[in-house]
Parts: sequence; structure tokens; C-alpha cells
Amino acid sequence: MTSKISSAVLPAAAPHTADRDRGTRIALILLGLGVAVAAPFLLYPVFVMKVLCFALFACAFNLLIGFAGLLSFGHAAFFGGAAYVTAHAAKVWGLEPALSILLGTASAALMGLVFGALAIRRQGIYFAMITLALSQMVFFLALQLPFTGGEDGIQGVPRGRLFGLFDLNQPLVMYYFVLAVFLAGFALIWRTVHSPFGQVLKAIRENEPRAVSLGYRTERYKLLAFVLSASLAGLAGGTKALVFQLASLTDVTWQMSGEVVLMTLLGGMGTLLGPVVGAGFVVALGNYLAATSLPVPVVIGAIFVVCVLLFRRGIVGEIAHHLRRRST
Amino acid sequence: MVTLFGIPTQALFGQLLLGLINGSFYALLSLGLAVIFGMLNVINFAHGALYMVGAFAAWLLMQHFGIGYWPALLLAPLLVGLFGVVLEKTMLSRLYKLDHLYGLLLTFGVALILEGAFRHWYGASGQPYPIPDALRGGQNLGFMFLPNYRGWVIVASLITCLGTWYAIERTRLGAYLRAATENPTLVQAFGINVPVMVTLTYGFGVALAGLAGVLAAPIYQVNPLMGSNLIVVVFAVVVIGGMGSILGAIVTGLGLGLLEGLAKVVYPEASNIVVFVVMAIVLLIKPAGLFGRER
Repeated sequence: MTSKISSAVLPAAAPHTADRDRGTRIALILLGLGVAVAAPFLLYPVFVMKVLCFALFACAFNLLIGFAGLLSFGHAAFFGGAAYVTAHAAKVWGLEPALSILLGTASAALMGLVFGALAIRRQGIYFAMITLALSQMVFFLALQLPFTGGEDGIQGVPRGRLFGLFDLNQPLVMYYFVLAVFLAGFALIWRTVHSPFGQVLKAIRENEPRAVSLGYRTERYKLLAFVLSASLAGLAGGTKALVFQLASLTDVTWQMSGEVVLMTLLGGMGTLLGPVVGAGFVVALGNYLAATSLPVPVVIGAIFVVCVLLFRRGIVGEIAHHLRRRST
Repeated sequence: MVTLFGIPTQALFGQLLLGLINGSFYALLSLGLAVIFGMLNVINFAHGALYMVGAFAAWLLMQHFGIGYWPALLLAPLLVGLFGVVLEKTMLSRLYKLDHLYGLLLTFGVALILEGAFRHWYGASGQPYPIPDALRGGQNLGFMFLPNYRGWVIVASLITCLGTWYAIERTRLGAYLRAATENPTLVQAFGINVPVMVTLTYGFGVALAGLAGVLAAPIYQVNPLMGSNLIVVVFAVVVIGGMGSILGAIVTGLGLGLLEGLAKVVYPEASNIVVFVVMAIVLLIKPAGLFGRER
């Protein structure tokens, strides 16, 4: 059972119709970069950093669901697991921040390799259930292992000096570091999606038996996509651990896995920018709701239901759909 | 003290009994999931939340209407079933033509709403629910003490599971159901109202979850979060058993409950993850699940 999410909702690969809108695209990219650079002067920097971390997390998740058609319901394991490793490396071993994050990312990649190898043995709904169950195992490990600090998590993680030069305790320095991490991750995803590898992934998403009959070893492609996605989720989680100087159980719960699904669904599965928009929306909503008495899960659940029933393209997907319809 | 394999028998049988009770709930819940999946091709993420709603329905019936355990055993599953029917009619039925994953996402949203709402109203702490008078006390079996209520839970869930198995595998209605699972269009052509059957199947499946909730209320407290971690374990149970067979769901549920109980005695730290480890092993050896077919 291959995923038909794509064919039902998404357009096939975005057509690169010549350089009709190349100018607009470059202008938009520059505008986006400008906003990202100016953001910490307009908004609370920690908020923007949180958005960036979750945006990278959602983009990593979207690489699987949007481009390979695999719904992982356990991505919190990579996000939160890497956060623990990064926090431990920075606090207990006193490693340099970039190295700590790299260690976290590597641990997520390793977990992704193991989980992926197990999960790709089944398809569709079973894939989702297996990833969910495995991530729950990570949750229990995080609760019980000695180095994770149980219910308290790892607190007071030092941000340290990047490469021994830049003091990350200064909010602006930290912000630009997070922005650089996000852009690097995003560029990697962009490159992956537009590479021959990405095209094979899309083929698998559309029709796996056909891809197999064309001679592709789809299992390998799926596993590689899974490991890549897990690593990037780990990169996001490790960075977040330094931003908040904290690694906690919240990051490994299945509710967190659900939240990243929501970010992607809301922003638009299979679009590059969708998860970024969705992450911004969900994080902002969480901040807003924290100040009211409304129960957050109810609101998030309601958005889920509305998205699935009425709004399956997501925000960016809907906009792209309307633009395309107008231009044809 | 009598010991077996170096473990005091009291502790061993006590934990095995607990495991058997957990296993009964795994069996009831995974049975409901399997029935729903067979007919709707939807994995009902809201199953754990509806189990919680079943328990709360019993508690609320007692608090506000003075309705006791025995009527609640019937009423609460009925209410949960009705909720399921409405949910299927208004929301789930719109998604059948799309990828199955949307059903999972929708029911995930419903689970969040239900759990969030109950938590908002009743807080995260548990509400006690008394054991009915007729089932107080216990039996001394010589090697262990068996509280009556726990024995009743095991018997009741076994009867329900086997009854469901009989209804699906051995009755005419069950035959229609199985036929409609294989080929809905053809069955519809024979003049059987398949959409109504689908709706009722969903209602029945979630009613089983509601029943499990009522049975669980006196053992665990009635807690808004009682279903949220359970559902993940039940998913693992379903992956291990495969959803092809009803008996498979029952046997796997009970077996894993026992295994978990055993782990609590032998190596308590691993008891939370033993089900997931078994799942990983089964996936390596027999990816379709112990009783499953590749679909």
C-alpha cells in the first residue's frame, strides 16, 4: 500500500517552467533572508529561535511524508533523543557547542538507521504505528536511564563559545548561529528534493511497485531518506537544547511527534516552505494560548480535525494551488 | 517462603495476575482496533481516548444520576458507541476515498480533543470508582490471593472477546461483515447496506473500548490520561499480532500482558519496554506479524 496522499492532494513535482518566475523567486528568497536577519530586532529572539528549531524539525519530517510518502509518528524520538545527547555532551563532557550538536545529530542518525530498518519492513499505517511504538520506547528509556535526569531532564546546559570564539550567551550571536543551522539544514533538504535521489523518492511515493519494477531498490532509498530525516530532526533537537539550555521529557513524548505532524499538515505537506509556515503558526499559537485559559491540546486537536477534513493542502499548498490555477 | 526459579511465588503470581488483567485490556482494545481496521481501513487513534471516555461515562453516571456499576457496564459502552456512530457519520466517512493515513490523523485530533477537554474539566488526578458490592473480597487459591473483581475482569473480557469472535466468524451477520471487508461493492450489489454496516462496525469497535474503560475504572482510577499511553502499547500489540485475525488479536493481547507481568518480576526496569522489544524482534523475523497476512 503506497501512499496516495500525494496524488490526492499535491501536485506532482513543481514544474520548473523555464525561468518565467525565476526573478520573482530570487526576490522572494532575498526577502525571506532579509526578514530572517531582521527578525531578532523586531521579535523576541528566543521565540524566533524556537520557531527556527521547530521549522527545521518539521522540514525534516516533511522530507519523509511529503517526498517519500512515509508517515513517521515517532520523530520526537530523534528530536528529543538528540537534545539529550547534545545537552549531556555540552554539560557533562564540556564539549564545544557545534561538536555537541554534531554528536546529537549523529546519535539521531544512528537511531534513525535502526528504527528505519525496522519500520520499512511494513508499509502505510503499520509504518506509522511501528515508528510510534519505537519512539515510545525511547520515551521510557529517557525516563529511566541514569544520564537523562528522569522527570527533571538535563537543566542548565551551558551554551558555551562556538569554535571557542563566539560567545553564544549573547542572544544575537546565538540567534545567527541558529539561523545558520536552519539555513544549512533547509538547503540540504532543498538539494535532496531536487536531486535524482529526490526524484526516485517521489516515484516511490507515487507508485512503489512500479519503482521496484523499474529496478530501484526502494528499501534502500526509503532507509536513506529515513536516516536523513532523522538526522535533521536530531540537528533541530540538539540546537533547541542549546537555545533553551534544557533537554526534557516533553521533547520525546508522542504528543511532540503529533505536533510536528500538525505543523507539516497545516503548512502544507510536500511543499518546501509549508513546514516553516506551519511551525511558525503552531509555536505562535502555543505562546498565545499559554496566556489564556484555553486548553492547548483541544485547540491543537481541533486544528487537526479541520485540516484533515477541509484543508488537506495546508496553507502554502492552498496558496500554490490558487496561483497555479490563476496562471493556467 | 515458597520460591519458583528463585522468585517468591506470591510476587510472581501477583505480577502475572496483573499482567493478565493488563493483557485483557490489550486484548479488548486491539480486538476493537482489528474489527474497525478490517472494515474501515482506519487505525483508530482515538481508541485510547474512548476507553478513557468509557471510564468517565461510568463515573459521571454514578456521580450525577446515581447509576451503579452494572447498568453502567451497558450504558457507558452504548454512549461511547453512539459517539462513535456520530463521529463516523460526520467525519470519518468523508475520508474513505483518501489515503488511510488521513483516518489516523483525524482520529489523532479527536483523541487530543477528548483528552484535553476531560483534563481541562476534571484535572490530571484520578477519580476513585468503587468496586461493586457483589465483587468485593477475594478468593484464597492456596498459592495466591485473587481479588474477586480482578477475576471478574479477566472472565468478562474473555467472554466479550470470544463472543465477538463467534459473532464475526460463525454467524450470518458476521459473514456479511467479512464479505464486505473483502469486497464492499459486490456485497452492496447483493442488497446489503454496506455504509450502515460500516457505521455500526465503528460504533461496535469503539463500544468495546468503552466497555474496557468501565471494567478498568475500579482497578485503575478514572483519569483523563489513562488511555494515552495505553494506546501506544496496543498499537505495538496490533503490529505484533497482525490485524488479519480476531483470535490473533486476543491471544497476542493476553500473551503480551503476561510477558509484561513476568518482566516486572524478573527485571522491573524493562517492563515498560518489553512489548516494544518483542515488536522489534517480530518485525525482524516475521514482518507481517504473528497471525497476520501481508496486505
